[in-house]
Parts: sequence; structure tokens; C-alpha cells
Amino acid sequence: MEQFFYFLSFLAILTSIMVVVSKNPVHSVLYLILTFFAITGHYILLNAHFLAIVNLVVYAGAIMVLFLFVIMFLNLNKDAEPKKPVAMQFASVLAAGLLFLVLVAAVKDVSLGTSSIPVSNIGYVSELGKLLFTKFMVPFEITSILFLSAMIGAVVIAKK
Amino acid sequence: MDIVLIEKSILVVIIFAISLGIAAYSTYFERKFAGFFQDRVGPNNAGPFGILQPLADGAKLFTKEEFIPTNANTFLFILGPSLAMLTACMTSAVIPWGGTLEVAGRTISLQVADLSVGILYVFGVVSLGVYGIMIGGWSSNNKYSLLGAIRAASQNISYEIAMGLSIIALLMVASDGTLSISNIVNFQINNYWLIVYQPLGFLIFMICSFAETNRTPFDLPECEAELVGGYHTEYSSMKLGLYLFAEYVNMFISSAVMATLYFGGYDVPFLADFEASLGHNLVTILGTLFFFGKIMLFIFFFMWVRWTIPRFRYDQLMKLGWQVLIPLSIINIVLTGLVLTFVK
Repeated sequence: MEQFFYFLSFLAILTSIMVVVSKNPVHSVLYLILTFFAITGHYILLNAHFLAIVNLVVYAGAIMVLFLFVIMFLNLNKDAEPKKPVAMQFASVLAAGLLFLVLVAAVKDVSLGTSSIPVSNIGYVSELGKLLFTKFMVPFEITSILFLSAMIGAVVIAKK
Repeated sequence: MDIVLIEKSILVVIIFAISLGIAAYSTYFERKFAGFFQDRVGPNNAGPFGILQPLADGAKLFTKEEFIPTNANTFLFILGPSLAMLTACMTSAVIPWGGTLEVAGRTISLQVADLSVGILYVFGVVSLGVYGIMIGGWSSNNKYSLLGAIRAASQNISYEIAMGLSIIALLMVASDGTLSISNIVNFQINNYWLIVYQPLGFLIFMICSFAETNRTPFDLPECEAELVGGYHTEYSSMKLGLYLFAEYVNMFISSAVMATLYFGGYDVPFLADFEASLGHNLVTILGTLFFFGKIMLFIFFFMWVRWTIPRFRYDQLMKLGWQVLIPLSIINIVLTGLVLTFVK
């Protein structure tokens, strides 16, 4: 199990770095898909089958297809790339640096104890369903209505 | 542990071989049926009744010149058809192809992996299936290929929603707390087939299957009248062969999924009554044969539709997906909920 964990973590970090480093935006999206696969592997190791497969369907499947779709349409290349003003570049470096500071501060206090992967059945569909429809009933229903209204909104826009 | 692994490996190899064999002969029967529907003979030169035609096609595709456009992205150009074939073959792992066989005191299940989230796995692989087409179409660096790829992507996403919603209604009837596929088949063995409970759901699921496999009337990604060859315009040789072949494997697998989810899978009514006289193994094998019979009927239906109905216009396709199928599948969920609450 531990080898799998290290392999998946290595894969996730490597592909995440490649997402940022890749020059070609389509390559970035493809690396991001690999990252989602690695994270799905992590969920499986945690015995969270439902979350794993939903991560695969929603993120690796649907959302990344949309990303790829949009990027293919934009047809990004060197000539079309807009010139960014120096102030904007400075601001983005500053913002990224501050985020990096926060992350480092968060990692500083982490204790590297020996933790084993907890084996529980909470990731099974039936357990998750019970939890969602009892303890988290209200937020779950509100989210459902939100999604339904988004979908109906899309249909209404399409009808115009 | 090890013997289970060996059993499963043998099963995987057999299923893989059968999928490829059926896909190969689907091409032959498609052309024979096309001939029949159009009052022609169809392929009849290679062997008796042209039965060796798939082998001749394979040999032709393998020996043709390999061509990669100069401005194409070589790695992704090769990755495209590979991914298309890979995702086409992945679904067969969770389909229960039959009951259990008893060999030398061991009970062997004819399902490779009985995942607790089996249906969602099928759904996940379907949603990944479009990458082969998208990557191939984009990396060809050809506007017709790109248009084909974009059509494939938007079509896939649009029809996935209705497909998922029709599966929700199915699970409301048949699930016992897990999403495993063998469970759904067991439900159908003990009750009626799910087509009886979910006729509207089946109709939606079937239309979406046509759209997800890019079969006519939803074959706009390779619409030859507008886009030359669609996403595989630039492909030649066996790479083109893999794309075409993946479509037939997809057709076989989605026929198997439809037969499993709505037509009882390997369940045959009253066959279990003969178990005492025929023996357990023979009943299982008969069930599997009947399952393949159901699959063949669906494959025939796919072909029948292809040679009967012309393809949609693109705006009609989107209209059908978003304005007809999604509202219908939501109504189906509400109706199923009402019936389950008040009738049971």
C-alpha cells in the first residue's frame, strides 16, 4: 500500500509541476488530467470508492473536457498572446509569492508522525448516502437546487 | 489468492478476444446489412459469402502507408487512437457476463471485477472516451479534424447529463445501497426486467448511447458531407483502423451495458427451473449465450438505425439533448419517485 501511496504522490506532484511548466496550454490540460487520475488513486487507497469514481467522472471526465474544448477553440499561440503590462506582471508575482508564503507557513508546523491509512467504510455509497441525507440534509438539498437551477438556466438560455 | 489472479487473467483474455472478434465481425455484418437495406449484395468475394472480409480489411489497413502530417503533434497524434481503443476496451471489466461456473470444486464468477461503484465506473469510462477523439482531432493540426473533435466533445458532454439522470431513476428502483452491476442483474433475476419499470429511462439511455458511441444519427464528429472525415481526416493505416475499430468495440460494449441494465443481463426467465436436470454449469453457459444473443440484437438495432435514419443537423442535435432529453429524464426521476412512494 505504501509503495502505491508514494508512487501516486510522486505522479501527482510531477504532473502538477508539468501543468505549470508546459508551454503549450493543451499539454497543460492533459497533465492536469493525469493529476486527477493520481488523486483518484489516492481516494481508492483511502477506501473512498464513491469519491474516487466521482472525481474521475466529474473532474477528469466532464470538466477537463470542457477545459480542453475551450482551449482548442481559443487556439492559443505566440502571436495571439496578449502583451501584459509590467504592473500586472509585478502584481501577479507578488500575489503568487504571498500564496507561497502562506503555504510554507502551513507546512512549517506539520508533524511528520507515522500515520497509517485509516480503514473505514465511510467512503462506501450507502454510508455516504446516509450521512448526506441525515446530518448534511440541508446543505445537500440546497446544493442540489443550485445545480438544478444551473441546468435549467442553461436550457432556458439555449431556448432563446 | 494466486489462483484467483490466474482465473481472472484468463477471463480478461477471453473477454478481450471475444470483444475484438465481435467488433471485427460487426464490420462484416454492418456491410452485409447495409447491402441488404440498399438492395445490394455487400462484400462477397473474400471467402464464402465474403466471410473473410474483416481479415482482408485488417491486412489492408496494416500494410498501408503510415502517414503523419508535418505540423502535427507526433506524440499526441499517436496517443489519440491508442486512447480511443483503450477506453473502448476498459468497460468490459465490470460487466457480469454470466453466473458462476463450478470447476474442480471452485466457484468462478464470470465477472472480472464486481466494483461497488460499477455503474459509475461505466459512466466514468464513457466520459473519458472522448479524449481519444479530441486529442487525435486537435493534434492533426487540421481545421476539419478540430471541428470534428469539438463536435465530439460538446455532444459527449451534453448527452452524458441525460444518461446520468436516466441511470439515477434506474438506481432508485433497483439499488440496495450499492451501485454494483451484479446487484442490478440480481434484482432483475428476482423481479421483472428493468425495462418494465423504466421504459422511458431505457429510451433516454439508448438515445444517449447512440450519441456517446458517435453512431448515426449522431455521427456528426465524422460527418463526411461537411468535414471530409471529421476527427480522423489526417489518419491513415492502422491508426485510422483503430479509430474505426474502437467505434465497433464501443457499440458492442454499450449493447452489453443496455442488455445488462434494462434486459436482465444473463437472466433468462424459467431457465433456473432446469438447473436440477441440466446441471449448474450448463445453465450458466446457456445464460451467457442468451446474454450474447441480447447483445447481438442490440448491435443489429444499431446497424438498422444507421442505414435507415439520416443524421441530424448540429443545432437539432443540441436541441434534442438539452431541451428534450434532459427535461424528460428529470420528469422520469420525479415520476419514479412518486410511484415508489405511493404505489409500493
